[in-house]
Parts: sequence; structure tokens; C-alpha cells
Amino acid sequence: MPQISQILATYASQFFWLLIVFGLIYFTVGRIMLPKVEATMNARDRKIADDLAAAEHARAEANNLGDSGAADLTAARAEAQAKSTAAKAKAAKDADARLAKADAEISAKIAAADAALAKATAKALSGIEAMAAEAAADIVAKVSGAKVTSAQAAKAVKAVMSHG
Amino acid sequence: MAGESGKIDPMYQFKIEPLAQLELAGYDVSFTNSSLFMVLVLGALWLFMAGGMKREMVPGRWQMAVEGATGFINNMLTANVGPEGKKYVPLVFSLFMFILMANFMGMMPFGIVPGVHPFTITSHLTVTAVLALFSFGTVLVVGFWKHGLHFFSLFVPQGTPWWLLWLIPVIELFSFMIRPFSLALRLFVAMTAGHIMMKVLAGFVINGLNAEAAWVPLIVSFPAFLLMIGITLLELLVCAIQAYVFALLTSLYINDAVNLH
Repeated sequence: MPQISQILATYASQFFWLLIVFGLIYFTVGRIMLPKVEATMNARDRKIADDLAAAEHARAEANNLGDSGAADLTAARAEAQAKSTAAKAKAAKDADARLAKADAEISAKIAAADAALAKATAKALSGIEAMAAEAAADIVAKVSGAKVTSAQAAKAVKAVMSHG
Repeated sequence: MAGESGKIDPMYQFKIEPLAQLELAGYDVSFTNSSLFMVLVLGALWLFMAGGMKREMVPGRWQMAVEGATGFINNMLTANVGPEGKKYVPLVFSLFMFILMANFMGMMPFGIVPGVHPFTITSHLTVTAVLALFSFGTVLVVGFWKHGLHFFSLFVPQGTPWWLLWLIPVIELFSFMIRPFSLALRLFVAMTAGHIMMKVLAGFVINGLNAEAAWVPLIVSFPAFLLMIGITLLELLVCAIQAYVFALLTSLYINDAVNLH
């Protein structure tokens, strides 16, 4: 077995070169290259964590914005509803008032027209009475030759007319 | 390259051959095939890491692979030691990647080039012992640095009855002191045994094909070749598992040093 039979002849060379090579590995690979690789990994991990945190933050903000937007919308809708209700009520009130006024005017006109009509009717009726009395007196005079006073004729007409 | 007279020597792959003679303070520190493969591992590891250094926010495939490896060790230490384990990621990552790359480098099919054969650095006790000492030494230094002499309370687990106080510390001390040996031997034995088995089975295939009797290739070489495929896949798994076990045990030992049970 050369490992053992050669050990006395080769140990110095083995130790010497191993120390050189392993020293180089430890100080270049272990102490210089490895920390750089790990720094890159750490930087990546940190960046991922930061990005995730930023995304989370942005999402929370967006949620907040959405909430406040919804609240704004609800308030605006309520306000619009209140305004429209008020406007409707006002319009209804105005219409009522105008209607009442128009009603009153119309009633007044109707009343006036009624009164005029009644007056005209009365006048016409009294005209008819007088004419009827005259006509009755004339008829009586022509038929019987009797003279009837207008007062008697009027009385007779009135009696007939009231009996209808 | 086979041994003498056409025989295949399964131990030849572990032989250390000097490529360039070198001497330092009386010691022979020649640049050997073992040193060459250490340097190859270093180059492969640099290449692998450099591919993951683009530092992009959205990683590509290579960067994902590098980040997967670092994240794996990072998670292992965080899970076993806690937040304080982050300090030891460079050491455990270096150990893990060095062992993993060395194991895989020993499995590379360099043998298709005549005269070249892959060398598994981690199949040498001298190498695994040094790696285990890095692990064990870190535990000792961290333990005494953080807890001072209180570190010895590691050998008296909580709830030890007073009448066992003469025995438990001895057992605990023994199990503690054996850690570097078990770390070193486990890796060395696993890699050595696996590679010997592969060479022996490959020897069956080749020697069977060279046999004079016509039935031998069919009866010996073909089944051995099928088995060889399975063993090779298993060996690749062992390469990864041994690196993982070394890193996991190191992180568990560091946990002992940091948290004292």
C-alpha cells in the first residue's frame, strides 16, 4: 500500500503542497469568493422581501382607497337622494299652491258666472211674466171683449206659473 | 500502466511519483502527481466559483449551482450550530468543496490518455489527516477561546450521576480524542477501498479479454463489466457522501465547541 509504504518519503511534500493549496482555497474561495456569493444571495432575499412588503403596502393602500371611494360614493348618493327628495317635495308644494290658486280663481269665476246666470234667468223670467200677462190680457180682450187690468193678468199668470 | 509482466496492480494508482524535485530546509517537498492533482482541484474550484460570481439578481444555471453549494453548507451550519455557525461557513465550505472536487477528480477518466492516470488525493492518509486536523484544531481553538477551561465540561454531560463521574469523563475524552482519527480514516478508507475495488474489477474485465480460452470473456469479462458500471456509479455516490459526512461531522463538532452540548 503506497499510502503507508511511501509515507516517510512523501509526507513532507504532501503536507507542504496541501497547506499551500488548501490555504489558497480557504483564503480565496472561502474568504473572498464565498462572501460575495452569499452577499448576492442575501441581497436577492432582501430585495424579494422588500418588494413583497411594498406590494403588501400598496395593496393595503388600494384597499383603503377603495373603502374611502365607496364611502364617498354612498355619501354622494345619499346627498343626491336628499336633494331630489327635497326638490320633489318643493315641486309638489308649488304645484299644490298653484293648483289651489287656480282652483280658487276658477271657483270665483264659476261663482260669478252662476250669479250672472241666475240674474239673467231671473230677469228673463220676470220678462216672461210680464209678456205672458200682457199676452193673457190681450187674449182675454180679444176672446171675451172683457177688459182685464194688467194687475189681474199678472196675478193670474203668476198663479199658473207657480203651479207650473 | 500495469505492473510487471502484464499483471494489473490495483495499488499502483496510489503511488506518489515526483514530477519535479524540490527541497526545502532539508525536507523533500517535490512537486508530485499528488501535488499536481491538488493544483488541478484548486483550478477546478476556482473555475466553479468564478462561474457563480456574476452576482446577478436573477441567477443563471451556473450561479444557481454555486449558490446551491454555498447555501447547502450555510444551512448545514445554521441548522447544527445556530446563527453563530455562519462564522465557520468559509472553513467548512473550503473543506467540503476541496474533498468533493478531489474525490471527483480521482474519478475522472484521464486513463484514456496512455501513460496518464487519475490520482485521488483523498485516498492518502497524509492528506486526510491534515484535513481532519484542520477540523479538530478549529474545534479546540474555538472551544478554549470561547469557554476557557470551562470547555472541559464537555466531558461531563448533563445529568451524569455522581457515582459515574470517574468513568464518564474518561469515555467522553476518549470519544473526543478519537474524532480526528475517525475523520481522517473514514475518508481515506472509503476512497482507497472504492478505488481498489474498481481497479480489481477492471482487471477482471481486461484479463478476461486477454485470456486464451474463448469462454472466459463471456463468463468473466461481461458480468464484471456490468458490475463495474454499478460500482462506478456507487463510487461517485461515495465521493459525494464522504465529502458531505466530513462537512457534517465538522459542523457537529463545531457545535460542541460553540454550544458545549
